[in-house]
Amino acid sequence: MVGDLPLHPPSGGPPPRDKLGEELVIDVRGLTKRFGGRTVVDAVDLGVARGRICGFLGPNGSGKTTTLRMICGLLIPDAGEGTVLGQDLRTRRSAIKARVGYMTQKFGLFSDLTIAENLEFFARVHGLDRRGERVAEALEKLGLTSRSDQLAGKLSGGWKQRLALAACVLHDPEILLLDEPTAGVDPQARREFWEQIHDLAAGGMTVLVSTHYMDEAERCHEIAYIAYGRMLARGSIAEVVAGSGLKALLGEGHLPDGTGADRLAKAIEARPGVAMAAPFGTALHVCGPDMAALHEAVAPWAETISFREASPSLEDVFIHLMRGAEDNSVVVSQ
Amino acid sequence: MSATALQRIGAMVFKEVRQMLRDRGTVGMMLVMPLMQLMIFGYAINNDPRGLPMAIERGDNSVFARSIDAALRNTTYFKVTELVESPGAGEAMLQRGEVQFVVTIPPDFGRDLVRGTRPQLLVTADATDPAATGNALGAIGDAVATALGHDLIGPLAARGQSQGPVDLVIHRSYNPEGITSHNVVPGLLAIVLSMTMVMLTALSVTREVEQGTMENLLATPLRPFEVMVGKIVPYLGIGVVQLSVILLAARFLFQVPFAGPLPLLLGATLLFMVTSLGLGFTLSTLAQSQLQAMQMSFFYILPSVLLSGFAFPFRGMPGWAQTLAEVLPTTHFIRLVRGIMLKGWGLVDALPEMGVLAGMLALLGFVAVRRYQDTVA
Repeated sequence: MVGDLPLHPPSGGPPPRDKLGEELVIDVRGLTKRFGGRTVVDAVDLGVARGRICGFLGPNGSGKTTTLRMICGLLIPDAGEGTVLGQDLRTRRSAIKARVGYMTQKFGLFSDLTIAENLEFFARVHGLDRRGERVAEALEKLGLTSRSDQLAGKLSGGWKQRLALAACVLHDPEILLLDEPTAGVDPQARREFWEQIHDLAAGGMTVLVSTHYMDEAERCHEIAYIAYGRMLARGSIAEVVAGSGLKALLGEGHLPDGTGADRLAKAIEARPGVAMAAPFGTALHVCGPDMAALHEAVAPWAETISFREASPSLEDVFIHLMRGAEDNSVVVSQ
Repeated sequence: MSATALQRIGAMVFKEVRQMLRDRGTVGMMLVMPLMQLMIFGYAINNDPRGLPMAIERGDNSVFARSIDAALRNTTYFKVTELVESPGAGEAMLQRGEVQFVVTIPPDFGRDLVRGTRPQLLVTADATDPAATGNALGAIGDAVATALGHDLIGPLAARGQSQGPVDLVIHRSYNPEGITSHNVVPGLLAIVLSMTMVMLTALSVTREVEQGTMENLLATPLRPFEVMVGKIVPYLGIGVVQLSVILLAARFLFQVPFAGPLPLLLGATLLFMVTSLGLGFTLSTLAQSQLQAMQMSFFYILPSVLLSGFAFPFRGMPGWAQTLAEVLPTTHFIRLVRGIMLKGWGLVDALPEMGVLAGMLALLGFVAVRRYQDTVA
């Protein structure tokens, strides 16, 4: 997957471009951050082209939040370099902050201000003109015009998240960084949220969004997978799946005692050549690096259960990648 | 109570103790607070202050004048710091607060005493704090009587009788009637401002951190300095309201004299407010939570009330407590308010204390800006 990494021209030249010649609005190399001697982010390279939605995936404590914070200027990397919107990541943090919207994982608006007051505050901080209009527009778009005098702290989770998004796109940032924006939000609100993200991207905004949800990863143009602080995979979903070299079998059917194929998970996972076996309902998903070895591994049950070749899921790939990565870090709370 | 209820309570107690012990700041505070109070109330506070600085203006060199001089030095109440002969110099020292008493022995004191014309012995006391001067003034009379009792012997013994050999004139400067509220109300301005300014700022910044709004603020183009100024300005407004209330009350409810220029007091108060806000801001960069910020503020306010000279005479405290009090901005501001309101300080008199406050402000501002960064870690 190293081949998927963008090319990096020497700094000071024209804007960095990816292999297709698209302008990279986020272009960082070797980003490293240590906290108390522990490397939380280890030499992460990331290039995102304008107008793309990049999903940032990885287990808890893998360094996603820290990476986002370094990109938006909230943290100074211990090593590495790069540009965001053509501005140097280390020296031009203020200029970057003005053109980036960052939505924190935890609701970060003022609970004791109303919805309208919160928006107005951010409009003022960014020195926007036509403040009243912009706030009214944002309220309209949110569908919160009638509730604009309600305290932000009283909103439900889904509404809080929509308000937070509205607040961080109020100044029309060119890059939007979202840190697990849909955690704890119901499916309906999540879907609407993603529609909004796609609208924004269609308007030219570049989005880097961290998430745990595989279905959300599939809504992204491209994904980056990070574990233990290191970038393990990068590219479109098809590229990442293909690049993993993982093969899969899907087993369906019933055992003689009437139970489903899913009961075999433990037994099959213990067989040589099997990386993992995961139950899905009564079906069983078996993955491994070599298809022939997989068939051999499931052979003892092949009479009662029908195994057919399938494409490994993104989840299979990620778990496989994570297991393959050396764990040199303690899992850290984000 | 059933055994299971006891077990559940036990689980609660166990959890509570664990959490308490994990919060080292709170545990430390619980242990240090009583120690600090013991030290302050047990050792520092003294309602019968001794070793008060006194200047003696001796215009006469007779044996009587010298024995009064010696007697005053012999009481534990006074520390005769200066022996001046130029008239008026003692008054100036009193004004600057360098001495608490000036004893003026007029020229020809000895001659008049022998003649039996009851010469005047003038004692001028800085009575801004009546509590600090009361007992000591009594001691002056005793010391003079004892000294002269030894000297007026033989044919002069009759001088010691009836009305007393000298006319002891006591002049309570700045607060002639010894009204406590004249001293307390100006001091209260310092205390009220310390409490609000320090605690409110400390809490308001840690609240942002605790609620996660700080991360959002820092992700905007707001600079640390801008956040700091923006946070401080509204509290300055509150301080101005408090100042007005106390000054109006001082004037109309307590009839506290206002001898100095009002603009100077306003200027000094503004300086003190900004210094206190800077201190609050610095505390907030050290505190991890609002609870800790609150505890730190108390840690500042308690000695401010007790050691600054507000509640107890400053000069009654031992040297270590005085040194400690010098570090507190409140101590300096209390001197300024009392100086300006009661003693009629002008700019020149006020400059030294204002200089100290300005120095503290510069230091706190530096620390606050250094500690408060535009990054989250």
